[in-house]
Amino acid sequence: MSHEVVEKNVGLLALLVVLVITIGGLAEIVPLFFLKSTTEPVAGLSPYTALQLEGRDIYIREGCYVCHSQMIRPFRAETERYGHYSVAGEFVYDHPFQWGSKRTGPDLARVGGRYSDDWHRVHLLNPRDVVPESNMPGFPWLETTVLDGELSAKKLETMRTLGVPYTDADIAGAKAAVAGNTEMDALIAYLQNLGTAIKTRR
Amino acid sequence: MSDFEFSSEFWNWWVIGLTLGNILACWWLIAWTSKKRAGESAVGETTGHSWDESLQEYNNPLPRWWLWLFHITLVFSLIYIVLYPGLGKFTGVWDWTQESQYDQEIKDAQERFDPIFAAYAQRPIPELAQDAQAVKAGQRLYLNYCATCHGSDAHGGPGFPNLSDNVWLYGGEPDTIKTSILDGRQGMMPAWQDALGDAGVDEVTAYVISISGREADPVKAEAGKARFDMMCVACHAADGTGNPALGAPNLTDADWLYGGSPGVIRHSIAKGRNGQMPSHREFLGEDKAHLLAAYLYSLSQ
Repeated sequence: MSHEVVEKNVGLLALLVVLVITIGGLAEIVPLFFLKSTTEPVAGLSPYTALQLEGRDIYIREGCYVCHSQMIRPFRAETERYGHYSVAGEFVYDHPFQWGSKRTGPDLARVGGRYSDDWHRVHLLNPRDVVPESNMPGFPWLETTVLDGELSAKKLETMRTLGVPYTDADIAGAKAAVAGNTEMDALIAYLQNLGTAIKTRR
Repeated sequence: MSDFEFSSEFWNWWVIGLTLGNILACWWLIAWTSKKRAGESAVGETTGHSWDESLQEYNNPLPRWWLWLFHITLVFSLIYIVLYPGLGKFTGVWDWTQESQYDQEIKDAQERFDPIFAAYAQRPIPELAQDAQAVKAGQRLYLNYCATCHGSDAHGGPGFPNLSDNVWLYGGEPDTIKTSILDGRQGMMPAWQDALGDAGVDEVTAYVISISGREADPVKAEAGKARFDMMCVACHAADGTGNPALGAPNLTDADWLYGGSPGVIRHSIAKGRNGQMPSHREFLGEDKAHLLAAYLYSLSQ
């Protein structure tokens, strides 16, 4: 096959280009689906409760991931501030993961348990009440919107089809666990759970 | 768990095959395209093609430096996958992992900084509180780990204790401060709305205002005292001065954790409060907590 044949047949050219580009993904991405450290949960990791899952959806809805990452890199400068670096096995129940790509605010991968529920409440209503120099927006409507839990069972079921080990009892009790809580309660429940499977510093 | 534990041996060879095959293919491509072909025009001549009527192309080889760069990248990649992990489970002759690099970084930092913290940890907190350098170091830690809730000036806020004064919920002795940092604290003011009813909450509110040295409706305060004596004294003491063992605040002074206006006091009584100081033992460790306690102790002196 000469250079000329490839150059003059656009279909063949495209096919060969795709083939060349695919090799990188085949070697670097595909094996990760079969690697134990990226597909098995770390010890102590449990799926989000129904309320936490609703909180996660609010986290996504409000675009928290735009300014907050959930990925502590293995550098001392990060672990001194945030705690143990993130490992892949912590995210196997996240569909989709919330790693984010930009830190306008701090990383939240291990924010669970770092502050009290009260602190989160005050901070989410108006961040400047506790951190005067903060440029994070307030989210006061979370406190006044009450969840009915209508879709909670469905969400858990969907997660189960994606491989999250929810039991029938979890799904049956999802609505009752969510109904009556505010969006604020749900979001705080989600935040307080983040990164708590690994408690040590490093 | 090893980072390279595949569910099947196949994937190990898959990665090795693709990686080495790709490098070989690149090398082959360079060799193949630089081969002289039959009927090809000589170097320096035009190829004989013309585009757009008059556009022609010389049959010149790639500049040598450019071709050499190709070869250098191939050699580089081979050296790289010998030294570093890149071929499936093969960890490279240097055994490098990002964890080992991180551990080395931590080890270097520990060798440099741990003796400093350990030396401070040997000295009693009141002595450290007099040492300007120790206080400065403590303040740096404070700004990193504590200021988010207690404020950069340590003046606190509603629900977050002021640490710069000499009023303490759990006691201001050096060791008590350190215990609060290491193990955290859990405030537990129950909600009294159901037990007291609206009128009862109003009366106790009036009484609490009266014992903090302000004017309140004397009739309500009197009725509130009877209720206070029944329900509140177990934690806040008979005279309302509180109990540091439980973290029950003194209600007779002008210092309020959540605010001292009648409305806020009413809310605290009706709905209760659950202030929480998270534990920092795992996160900061003894030595840093010791230095932090010294900084806070110095503020209260």
